[in-house]
Amino acid sequence: MKSDPFREWVRGCKNGIPIGLGYLAVSFSFGILALRSGLTVGQSVLISALNLTSAGQFASLSVIAASGSYIELALSQLIINLRYCLMSASLSQKVDRAAPFFHRFFMAFGVTDEIFALSVSTHGPLSPYYTYGQMSVAIPGWTLGTLLGAVAGNVLPPRVLSALGVALYAMFCAIIIPPARKNKVLAVIILCAMGASVAFTFAPLLRDISSGTRVIILTVAIAALAAWLRPVKEEDAP
Amino acid sequence: MNGNVYVYILVMAAVTYLIRMLPLTLIRQKIKSTFIKSFLYYVPYVTLAVMTFPAILSATSSPWSGLMGFLTAAFLSYKGKGLIFVSLCACGAVFLLELALV
Repeated sequence: MKSDPFREWVRGCKNGIPIGLGYLAVSFSFGILALRSGLTVGQSVLISALNLTSAGQFASLSVIAASGSYIELALSQLIINLRYCLMSASLSQKVDRAAPFFHRFFMAFGVTDEIFALSVSTHGPLSPYYTYGQMSVAIPGWTLGTLLGAVAGNVLPPRVLSALGVALYAMFCAIIIPPARKNKVLAVIILCAMGASVAFTFAPLLRDISSGTRVIILTVAIAALAAWLRPVKEEDAP
Repeated sequence: MNGNVYVYILVMAAVTYLIRMLPLTLIRQKIKSTFIKSFLYYVPYVTLAVMTFPAILSATSSPWSGLMGFLTAAFLSYKGKGLIFVSLCACGAVFLLELALV
């Protein structure tokens, strides 16, 4: 199947709108927090433009504010963002094999929870331009939100910020639930994953595990168990 | 704050990019193993499910409005509505419930 790069890019932009909106809200609060941690407006925006990752950036603020070592910062980023490693591995199988190899270096920059989710759930091989389209909306949203938050932390009413807070999560639901309707195995996996996540969030000892590490542990454990018990047949695989 | 902020930013950016770039460029072949293929197929569903719940309950100013957002999103997704529609409706539901709560 030959896909038109421009069409793919436009489709990516369109589907990327909820990502951009959600990022705007989340990075807005990052901007506020970054300034409170003693960074300048320029530095806050630079962090967002170069990293494009929510949990990692929020974690970095506490390390920077506490004058932690560079090693500590690198390690915390490695652990919190290790889930991107799994996502990239998954994407490596999905990228259109006909697309020139250099695209992978650029697509890599856009591997976030949201862009990955959209990219991997597209039908058939993934055109790099579909991912670029999402990045074209998501990166400005993320950077601009940080700028706005840093410059004018209190322009948006708290009510609106609060409502925007669910945008990304709602999008996750819209990605994982429809396929689960046709596939019972996926439905069970999703329920188990959410149940385990609740346990890891509230149970004593388990709740001390950071959220980034929690995502890695549960993803590896549950996906491996599912792969062992219910291997995917060729025709179901993306 | 003692360290150079720009070095901090560079370290972060480099680590984060390498994590994303290495698997995407080093795994060039189609993976043959059914187990690994199945594993990678399930990864996004598990990751997104784990990240969504219960985190969505603390994403808004009250757990109840977060739950409302989640139920709205889950219901509309189940009905097969599109990403943007689901997302905006969930935001709207949270907004309305919070208006009523306070």
